[in-house]
Amino acid sequence: MAAALETRNLTKHFGDSVAVDGVSFAIERGVTTALLGGNGAGKTTTIAMLLGLVAPTSGEIRILGMDPARQGSAARARMNFQSPYVDMPKRLTVRRNLSIYAKLYGVPHAREKVEAVAEALQLTPLLKRRTGSLSAGQATRVGIAKALVNDPDVLLLDEPTASLDPDTADWVRGELEAYQARSGAAILLASHNMAEVERLAGRVLMMKQGRLVDDAAPAELVKKYGRANLEEVFLQIARRDEAAE
Amino acid sequence: MIASLQRISALVERQWVLIAGSWTRIVSLMYWPLVQIVIWGFIQTHVFAEIGPTTTLVAISAVVGAVLLWDFCWRSQLGFALAFQEEIWSRNLGQLFASPLRPGEFVLALMAMSLTKTVIAIAPAVIVAAVAFGFNLFSVGPVVFAFILNLVVFGWAISLFASGMIARYGQGAQDMPWALMFGITPFAAIYYPVSALPEALRPIAHALPPSHIFEGLRAAIGENRFDAGELAWATGLNLVWLAAGLIAFFLLLRAARRVGAILQIGE
Repeated sequence: MAAALETRNLTKHFGDSVAVDGVSFAIERGVTTALLGGNGAGKTTTIAMLLGLVAPTSGEIRILGMDPARQGSAARARMNFQSPYVDMPKRLTVRRNLSIYAKLYGVPHAREKVEAVAEALQLTPLLKRRTGSLSAGQATRVGIAKALVNDPDVLLLDEPTASLDPDTADWVRGELEAYQARSGAAILLASHNMAEVERLAGRVLMMKQGRLVDDAAPAELVKKYGRANLEEVFLQIARRDEAAE
Repeated sequence: MIASLQRISALVERQWVLIAGSWTRIVSLMYWPLVQIVIWGFIQTHVFAEIGPTTTLVAISAVVGAVLLWDFCWRSQLGFALAFQEEIWSRNLGQLFASPLRPGEFVLALMAMSLTKTVIAIAPAVIVAAVAFGFNLFSVGPVVFAFILNLVVFGWAISLFASGMIARYGQGAQDMPWALMFGITPFAAIYYPVSALPEALRPIAHALPPSHIFEGLRAAIGENRFDAGELAWATGLNLVWLAAGLIAFFLLLRAARRVGAILQIGE
């Protein structure tokens, strides 16, 4: 059975700068994989390439066995994402935005699906509100609702709880766990919140300067580096070369 | 096919809600064509009063007709390009291009919106021209619809190129839709025949579909004849311009993906 998401030697150059350097990984269904790394490590570029927003310089991507360069629309219909780098139209109501995205993703019975997703994410009271009038936390939850509206087999999340208060963030993590348990989706999570990663992720891909420098379960990384938790591991990897210099 | 239509209609719905939910946007759409026709209508009335009904005045009527027709081109061009820019301003372009929406479907949705906006924008001006200034655009005959279609399609060709430039070069290229149309205007033979241009510049005019449309319009109004040759030239050239616009748009979009411009485009 094909991996849900696979990259082989994925590379991206912007002029002379190498943003992603020969990254290869395969992500199985039913697993949440965290993509970690400091600022400029190449996480966002990697996610943007997986979404088709940035063209790789070289290398291959497979989404559910499909080559997005040739079957982009079919592949993207079975994935979805949430990212702080994009918004939804602010003048449209939450209901209208979710409904339009449900249609764009080919969701049957879009209206009922929007109601169901809104209820699951406790957004029903916000459905009539203009998206631009929402608080940052509410907008993030709407972004997650949009990411779940097509029941994606592959879900890409970039800092999904960054603007949420601890209580709401905890609740959203619970919803993501429940969604994965229900759907068996593969989730790729980029986050700087190590507690979140330890809770949600069964595997961590650690990136630095565009390269994949480690790939293991959170507990294995903690053990391997002899640290107390994942945050300390992150700091050690991030500062390793700086110390050497 | 059905999925494709559903995606196109979803994007049209998103754009339509923006217009339908804002009376200021509707007024803004209608405003400039109305102002144009009022100015040219009064010029026509003044010249009629000063000179009297002579052959020259037929040419003036042709100018009023040309003003109306040229607005079809402007509005279709802006309708497309501004709908595209709307997605940039709302930071929605990344969401759309990461969805199953294909670039071709995106273009078709923008064309549908452009057509809708053009009709909303021009209809009041057409009515005012007929009621206040006695110029009935449709008195030209059914051929006027072929003229309009050609001008709308040429507007799309220009806006495809302008939108592609914006996708590739970001908001630094946001004036491109207006700049391109202003640059074309002197050569489009809207207010004067191609023969009024210096001989060296005439090949530029002949390469533009609008110049053939407006020569055809002058023949229809001034000589009361249908010049099939001009219409055929305009249609043939339009096919070339539209194909070039589509190729440019898709190539510039590909280049935008290559340099990572889609994610940074709102900045």
